[in-house]
Amino acid sequence: VDVIFGNLDLWGEAIGNTLLVFFVGGLIALVLGLVVGAMRVSPVPIARGVGSAYVNLIRNTPLTLVFFFFVFGYPQVGLPELSNTVLGILAIGIYTATYVAEVLRAGINTVPVGQAEAARAIGLSFGQVMSMVVLPQAFRSVVPPMMSVFIALLKNTTVAAGFSIAELAALRATINDNADRPGNPMEVLLWVAVVFVVLVLAMSAVQRHLENKWRIAR
Amino acid sequence: MTSVLYDVPGPRAIARNRVLAVVTVALVVGAIGFVLYRMWVTGQFEPQKWFVFTFSNVWMGIVKALGKTLGAFALAAVLSLVLGFVLAIGRLSDHAWVRVPVTALTELFRAVPVLVMMMLLYYGLPVVGVKMDPYWAVVLGLMVYNGSVLAEALRAGVEALPKGQKEAGYAIGLRKSGVMRLVLLPQAVRAMLPVIVAQLVVTLKDTALGFIITYPELLYYAKQLTSQQGRPILQSAFVIGGIYIVLCMILSWIANVVEKRTSHSPRLKGYTPDAGGGDPRIHQGSTVTEVIALQSGAGGQDPGGQLSR
Repeated sequence: VDVIFGNLDLWGEAIGNTLLVFFVGGLIALVLGLVVGAMRVSPVPIARGVGSAYVNLIRNTPLTLVFFFFVFGYPQVGLPELSNTVLGILAIGIYTATYVAEVLRAGINTVPVGQAEAARAIGLSFGQVMSMVVLPQAFRSVVPPMMSVFIALLKNTTVAAGFSIAELAALRATINDNADRPGNPMEVLLWVAVVFVVLVLAMSAVQRHLENKWRIAR
Repeated sequence: MTSVLYDVPGPRAIARNRVLAVVTVALVVGAIGFVLYRMWVTGQFEPQKWFVFTFSNVWMGIVKALGKTLGAFALAAVLSLVLGFVLAIGRLSDHAWVRVPVTALTELFRAVPVLVMMMLLYYGLPVVGVKMDPYWAVVLGLMVYNGSVLAEALRAGVEALPKGQKEAGYAIGLRKSGVMRLVLLPQAVRAMLPVIVAQLVVTLKDTALGFIITYPELLYYAKQLTSQQGRPILQSAFVIGGIYIVLCMILSWIANVVEKRTSHSPRLKGYTPDAGGGDPRIHQGSTVTEVIALQSGAGGQDPGGQLSR
């Protein structure tokens, strides 16, 4: 327990950074994923092609490599300097966006075509078809897998530890490199694991709750 | 072509789609062009930046690192399959004293980030007197995580089978082990093969985490190259990244082929788990209920199967 109370400042910073990467990265992933997902279901073939090229490329790249590109590669091209944390957030956002896009696309595709055809047949406009018929149905089947994407995102924030971003998984190095900090690697890492298990289980519980609440009755 | 989102385009829609196509192309070309321009301005295409890659020694090193990556991947894949079967069978056990701990263990393994697991093995275990090679830390970390994910997939596959399968197995006099081994698991494995291969892609991608715990695999070698003459940072990232992407794409391609095979296989007629729905099984950690709901209920919406990835 000394590990926690002897390093309370570090734990606060680490959890703060993890959540920062998680939320901002998640936001980027949502926005970018929405754009890419829209491209992948759009009637424009070129947009579909670009969308699937992006998804296939990034999905087949290890997250560590995406981090590598951003954290080590970005400073090479002489653009305005950004901190490692910002670059890490960008990396994780761009990586997760592909998963968000896929979930959205799959969600749209679960709506039977007949639904939209019927809506158009009774004379609803595009906006009405989307807001009253397609999206409400797609939303329900999107939420549970979307939660899975965010659970994966939370776990993926640990990769940032390898790129000198002071979040939870980097705590071990910070604490053990300081001789006057209490705690050994085992204790630190076990507590980090505990934090993640608690967060992930909480998110799974939310996911299960939403899933039951919005179960599709067809 | 008609879809949920749009009808067959009329003249105005066709004109609008053309404009959108042009805008898309312009944006993409602009973005790629900007990156290339910045790289050109900062001299990333200068010969001395790529100089290291003219040495056969460097390529020997890359091949060696590739061997390390594949070595860790191969063993981790085999071990996680084994662990997946063990955990799946444990979770399906009739005895609560087996089922409950195995369930808890599976959930725990899935909730801990792979990297933290690897760090626990590599940095944590020496504290209690067990010296761990980075290779084993990578392999065991991957095994534990992917094994538990595979266990979930297999369990969902077994539970989605029609009840009659099990009952028929018992009716012809098989024991519990026989029902599992001869009736349930073969069908579950065949149905879940795309998920299993997709998880192997994840395993391959996650070997790159070994970089962080100093396992000398490809990415680690890339990092070493960056301090060579000319400091080829982006260059080694491109070369090594290309190798990773090609490897993963080959595996993904196999996953696609397998999926096409399974969905067209006559042996699986009448039982098509991925006949509809967004295939959430391919997302790590998707809940079992939704997988089952998809498997049991959602037939008939997507006859073409065009939404699988």
